[in-house]
Amino acid sequence: MKRIYVNEKWCLGCHLCEYYCAFANSGKSSMVKALKDHKIAPRIRIEERDGISFAVNCRHCTDPLCVKGCISGALTIVDGAVQIDSDKCVGCYTCILSCPYGALSTSNEGAIQKCELCMKNAFGQPLCVQGCPNKAIVYEER
Amino acid sequence: MNYVIIGNGTAAVGTIEGIRAVDREGPITVISEEPYHVYGRPLISYLLLGKTTEEKMLQYRPADFYEKNGVKTLLGRRALKVDPTAKAVHLEDGASVPYDRLCICTGSRPFVPPMEGLDAVEDKTSFMTLDDAKHLDAMLGEHNDKRVLIIGAGLIGLKCAEGIYQRVRELTVIDLAPRILPNVLTEAPASILQKHIESKGVRFLLGDSVQRFAPHTAHLQSGGAVDFDVLVVAVGVRPNTELAAGAGCEVERGILTDARSATTVPDIYAAGDCTVSHDIAADTDRILAILPNAYMQGETAGRCMAGDDAVFDKAIPMNASGFMGLHMITAGSYDGETYLEQDEAHYKLLVTRDNRLVGFIMIGDVDRAGIYTSLIRDRVPLDSIDFDLIREKPQLMAFSRAERAKKLGGIHG
Ligand SMILES: Cc1cc2nc3c(=O)[nH]c(=O)nc-3n(C[C@H](O)[C@H](O)[C@H](O)COP(=O)(O)OP(=O)(O)OC[C@H]3O[C@@H](n4cnc5c(N)ncnc54)[C@H](O)[C@@H]3O)c2cc1C
Ligand code: SF4
Ligand code: SF4
Repeated sequence: MKRIYVNEKWCLGCHLCEYYCAFANSGKSSMVKALKDHKIAPRIRIEERDGISFAVNCRHCTDPLCVKGCISGALTIVDGAVQIDSDKCVGCYTCILSCPYGALSTSNEGAIQKCELCMKNAFGQPLCVQGCPNKAIVYEER
Repeated sequence: MNYVIIGNGTAAVGTIEGIRAVDREGPITVISEEPYHVYGRPLISYLLLGKTTEEKMLQYRPADFYEKNGVKTLLGRRALKVDPTAKAVHLEDGASVPYDRLCICTGSRPFVPPMEGLDAVEDKTSFMTLDDAKHLDAMLGEHNDKRVLIIGAGLIGLKCAEGIYQRVRELTVIDLAPRILPNVLTEAPASILQKHIESKGVRFLLGDSVQRFAPHTAHLQSGGAVDFDVLVVAVGVRPNTELAAGAGCEVERGILTDARSATTVPDIYAAGDCTVSHDIAADTDRILAILPNAYMQGETAGRCMAGDDAVFDKAIPMNASGFMGLHMITAGSYDGETYLEQDEAHYKLLVTRDNRLVGFIMIGDVDRAGIYTSLIRDRVPLDSIDFDLIREKPQLMAFSRAERAKKLGGIHG
């Protein structure tokens, strides 16, 4: 399955992936409408320190601890990608306790949010990867 | 191979999914006393709180889960005895179900200590099952006018409190222990959480117990009394081990299993709340009655029953719970060297021992806590990472570049 992989040494720390992610999942028609005056809550995040930076998002584990530990069944594997049904999620944070990558975060709606590889939004392909100016994240089979 | 599972909770689901990861064909039969399609047991408090519905609860696995997995269900039926020689499970209604491989996933039941006068209390319940939640819901009624007494300030008692606090006139929680969540929290974080819950109108009576009941009054050891309309007994749980013991499996407080989830009797496996786990954080054997553990043990059992070589040897106590808006995540053991960070809204304690992270408690900000959990679970030597960065917050920056390349660049768990 295609996944998002990180090339740490190419990362500029520009945070564009975070903005593209927030836009892709906003349901809005333009980046300006989605992001202007909003505090963004992206599902990919940049860690940075002392000139090192890299993006972290869900690894779509083949053996996902978040799915196994979810108390409501909100997290499932759909065609290899780990998806969340926010309607079922009760916000217990057991998945935050379980994920070794820190890849899930709380969302404004009280439920949990995570990268779903843009499979459920209008783009169908990870927009963060398309927006990265330096190929520091790629979407490919490895 | 003909598989039989007793119980229909998370451990059973793990077993089914584990079997089917290896064997798509062999028939599976699930026998369970509760008459429902599998549901997430921890959701019963969220049901009362209105954060989920019965319909959604029952979608812990989709409606076609059994059908898709070739599972025959015998729901609302109780297993009485396992005959390991004839390899059959005998049910209360006289039926008997033959097996080649059996998994016992019978969970636990509420422990109700003998208390004088308890029989005379009419409106009372435990808090373990969907039926308990419905019963409590009916007793509370629609008018927010009931006085409720909960015995037990452990996770189940407090989750119950969270579920109903907006629907009662008065809510009191009593526990013999001097602090809330005695099994999960140390003193300081317990008192932070207690203050928060008290601010929502819940009253705690700690270090006290009920000496005797009158129908609507609890007379306390300390001399006082609490009047109530509805009583919830959430003192603790006891593993359902009788079937396993009767079949000759070695049982201590729970059923003994190895890392493959096999019991000491051939072709009988066991998983979930009814078993004893090896807690690698404290290096002791204990019952870990938590849902993720039930799944892992079940999945391991299922795979092994179907002939695979799976092991689950990374069990640790861990818990994520929110109480009335304040979140807490805890894991591992608190015995070791401690690192504490605390301000008004947040509390974070890290515990290390022998160059390993062995436990943590986070209240308030729980962002990315799973990175800490993974350090405990994988027993990562702390001198192989940047511990100052890990102390600051859970972050992958603390790992070496090479380790990060593995984590983010292609090898995934
Ligand atoms: C209110 C509450 C809140 C909780 N919150 C959390 C939480 O936030 N996080 C967490 O990790 N864990 C939580 N837990 C614990 C979690 O629910 C359990 O660890 C988990 O459900 C165990 O699953 P299991 O499959 O082992 O057992 P169970 O889910 O208990 O399933 C056992 C099944 O076996 C059946 N059975 C037993 N004996 C027989 C018999 N003789 N014949 C036929 N059937 C039988 C029972 O009817 C039952 O359906 C909570 C528990 C409660 C009660
Ligand atoms: S959220 Fe975490 S545990 Fe779950 S699939 Fe993604 S990386 Fe794996
Ligand atoms: S927070 Fe939601 S998705 Fe995460 S474990 Fe709890 S119910 Fe499942």
